[in-house]
Amino acid sequence: MDNKQVSTTQAAAKEPLIGYVHSIETFGSVDGPGIRYVAFLQGCHMRCQYCHNPDTWKLNVGDQMTADEILEDAVKYRAFWGKTGGITVSGGESLVQIDFILDLFEKAKAMNISTCLDTSGQPFTREQPFFDKFERLMKVTDISLVDIKHIDSAKHKQLTQYGNENILDMIQYMAQHHDDMWIRHVLVPQRTDYDEDLKKLGDYIAKIPNDVVQKVEVLPYHTLGVKKYHEMKIKYRLEGIESPTQDRVANAEKLLHTADYNGYKTWMPLPKL
Amino acid sequence: MITSEKTTKPAAWKGFKGGHWQEEINIRDFIQNNFTQYNGDESFLAGPTAATKTLNDKVLALKKEERAAGGVLDADTKVVSTITSHGPGYIQKDLEKIVGLQTDKPLKRAFMPFGGIRMADDALKAYGYTPDKENDKIFNEYRKTHNQGVFDVYTPDMRKARHYKIITGLPDAYARGRIIPDLPRVAVYGIDRLMEDKANDFAHIGDGELTDDVIRLREEVQDQYRALDDMKKMAASYGYDISKPATTAQEAVQWMYFAYLAAIKTQNGAAMSVGRIDTTMDIYIQRDLENGVIDESQAQEIIDQFVMKLRLVRFIRTEDYNSLFSGDPIWATLSMCGLGLDGQHHVTKTAFRILKTLDNMGAAPEPNITILWSERLPEDFKRYATEVSIDSSTIQYENDDLMRVQWGTDYYGIACCVSAQPIADGIQYFGARANLAKAILYAINGGRDEIAGDQVGPAYEPISSEYIDYDEFMKKFDKQMDWLADTYVNSLNAIHYMHDKYYYEAAELALKNTDLDRTFATGISGLSHAADSISAIKYGHVKVIRDERGIAVDFKADNDYPRYGNNDDRVDDIAKWLVKELYSKMNTHHLYRGAKLSTSVLTITSNVVYGKNTGTTPNGRQKGEPFSPGANPAYGAEKSGALASLLSTAKLPYRYATDGISNTFGVTPNTLGHDLESRKDTLVNMLDGYMKNDGMHLNINVFNKETLIDAQKHPEEYPTLTVRVSGYCVYFADLTKEQQDDVISRTFFESM
Repeated sequence: MDNKQVSTTQAAAKEPLIGYVHSIETFGSVDGPGIRYVAFLQGCHMRCQYCHNPDTWKLNVGDQMTADEILEDAVKYRAFWGKTGGITVSGGESLVQIDFILDLFEKAKAMNISTCLDTSGQPFTREQPFFDKFERLMKVTDISLVDIKHIDSAKHKQLTQYGNENILDMIQYMAQHHDDMWIRHVLVPQRTDYDEDLKKLGDYIAKIPNDVVQKVEVLPYHTLGVKKYHEMKIKYRLEGIESPTQDRVANAEKLLHTADYNGYKTWMPLPKL
Repeated sequence: MITSEKTTKPAAWKGFKGGHWQEEINIRDFIQNNFTQYNGDESFLAGPTAATKTLNDKVLALKKEERAAGGVLDADTKVVSTITSHGPGYIQKDLEKIVGLQTDKPLKRAFMPFGGIRMADDALKAYGYTPDKENDKIFNEYRKTHNQGVFDVYTPDMRKARHYKIITGLPDAYARGRIIPDLPRVAVYGIDRLMEDKANDFAHIGDGELTDDVIRLREEVQDQYRALDDMKKMAASYGYDISKPATTAQEAVQWMYFAYLAAIKTQNGAAMSVGRIDTTMDIYIQRDLENGVIDESQAQEIIDQFVMKLRLVRFIRTEDYNSLFSGDPIWATLSMCGLGLDGQHHVTKTAFRILKTLDNMGAAPEPNITILWSERLPEDFKRYATEVSIDSSTIQYENDDLMRVQWGTDYYGIACCVSAQPIADGIQYFGARANLAKAILYAINGGRDEIAGDQVGPAYEPISSEYIDYDEFMKKFDKQMDWLADTYVNSLNAIHYMHDKYYYEAAELALKNTDLDRTFATGISGLSHAADSISAIKYGHVKVIRDERGIAVDFKADNDYPRYGNNDDRVDDIAKWLVKELYSKMNTHHLYRGAKLSTSVLTITSNVVYGKNTGTTPNGRQKGEPFSPGANPAYGAEKSGALASLLSTAKLPYRYATDGISNTFGVTPNTLGHDLESRKDTLVNMLDGYMKNDGMHLNINVFNKETLIDAQKHPEEYPTLTVRVSGYCVYFADLTKEQQDDVISRTFFESM
């Protein structure tokens, strides 16, 4: 073999993983602890009625980037991250591209960059090959932002086209492995804003073991995404539903006991064993 | 004059630690030996006293009347303002801890004709006052003004550049301002000692060889000496003897305020900055607190009432001037905090007290509170400051780590918005700004003005091809820049010569060293549009559309091209190059009085007027549309988020633009975080990050666009809504409709 062939073979063996990126936000301050560089990945299986980013649904489209390319860009903003900031992957549904995230997070941790996974858990399964990758991913994830769209699986299905059993299973897995998380719940009038559901969700969160829940957030539904539906000529299923009132948001916060979860105030990314 | 000799230490210094400052005038040394760092939080602060509340209610009522009266409540037409021209004036004498007004009544504007009689008269007429005939005669027939001096010597080129607004805002009809007096000198030493010192300087100027420069300086120091004497007289009219050092905190603040009052009674400069007096005030307050002379509530009362006085400062301006700088700004810039050269931070309790005034008396645009930021400021202070920003959008932040090194001292202050100045021995000659976006159009049009069609710049052959060739453009642009640099610098040489001659700042310079380092300030407007236009020409394949005069009036870029504001070196390097290139071209010229060249990227609210007078630019900005303010990227150019935008600005080289690089940042509360603690964290991290990347200045505005739209419709419901515009702070209601629209349309970083 001559030299040229060797290098070609090696290159083929180590072909970098490509991620499909919808967009980059350099100034993410509500996407995990501190200021974070957020890569919004492309692709999601769920079809949440209130989704404000329908342009991220499609798989395998968008800008193709490698983990190195993302990190090379991200570190330019390192001075803004302080003690708690870093990078976040969001979506779409980030776990749809788990191979890519794993590569990205492993490389990030090697550079001592804090990692945050924003997910609604839909792709989670204990089946292989996904589960192996997920276990490895959790070892290089400092904190996850987990969306619970609805606590009732049937209503979850109505809302997103998928049930929530595997999502709750993912949360249990994370808790058992002491993986820190924020829980987030989007409050949509007539969909997710009923006291009995909120109480049930509040009780569920309270029982998540090992004090892994650092913060619980109620995110009021907003209509800023509607324009995109019109542009993309997709029917918008929440036409006529307004944002929840301040009172309903406060009510949801009370029922989810958000004030009890204050770990986020002192949370720091720690090196994982 | 008296000669200097060593005297015994005054009793007023009891309790202070000694040092060089006792042998010579040296405030930095006084501070260094005596200030007390504070590392705690804001919990010690006191609310307003009953007296402060009563006075503040009166001030707010007067301001309401002023706005209802169309902007001016009262104006002097007869008395020419000098240090001693007016008798004492009060808001309510028995309640005032700090006294002194510009004229004999609050908000009554003084008549200040030395910059130019026509401007002074026009300002009166704009508000329905009739100029006094006797004054007209004096200043037209007997006493020449600065304005007349300048126009006597302007060349035709300078008049054209001014008329067609490629150079705008030149201080040729009003005071240049920007000279920061070392106010603490009056408190620490008393006027007599300062007069002695100037007498001593006077005795040694020139060694008997009377050349032009020696004669000029001798005359100036005499004027300074006289101004000091007048300050004593003015203070005496309020019942105070400031010939001796202050003995209490109340006196120290009062002495400093009298000195500032002398400055604003004699000069109507665009910026009349206060300097850096926070630590000196704190030293006196701390001594009184320790000796039980005052308690915290009284300490706060002194600071509140001093700040209240700064909120009352007014000048009467013409409509032209107001369209450039809206909302009656005077840039009573109060710089504070920062680090010492020894690395110790200078945060004192008084820095907290100054911020507390915004809570005690409501938000207000003046004084222009400027925090000299370093990562090493104490965490509790950083968080308190950002909380005040979130509440009131009234603070600007500037990079102390950058400026301390550039200027070689920790005793500097900010003049106006972003211009650092060593307080003891530095002055700046203010010089407005040149329009680089217009210069691009002159290069394309062979020096013809794109709006008027007249030949203004040098008549090189215009670009005549359908598509602009980058190399051809750059050659032509170089020639127009040469002409612009030449015309601009020489206009300023004329202005500063005449200003020194006819409108010398005796009161301010009496409070500085006699031997001065001078900077020759220039400025750039339209930087983002110039950079994006060159990027379009280089990468975008730009087609020119010409009108019947053959002048380029529109452009079409066939391809996308990089835009400044996305942390993309391809275009950010163009912006850097523009700053360096204009600087280098200007720096080949003779500069008045051996001054050192500096430049700024700052527009204040004038970005609206500059834009109005500039045709469509190759980056797609339409004719008449406002420029982006200061060093901000063009509207809509930012596609990579706020931090990418900040990093583009941070690349502009401060060592060339030592006069400052202004960035105005607007953000909605929810973008900063979902709760107050997270929002403060975000702002602290953002400021640390920006400054670590050598970002120079940041205005922070935190509010929703909807709030501004509502405030435009119902101004009466938002009387104290303040916004930070490039380098200063203004009541939103005091902006013109166009400027309000501009602020509303400016980039707000929002997250969904």
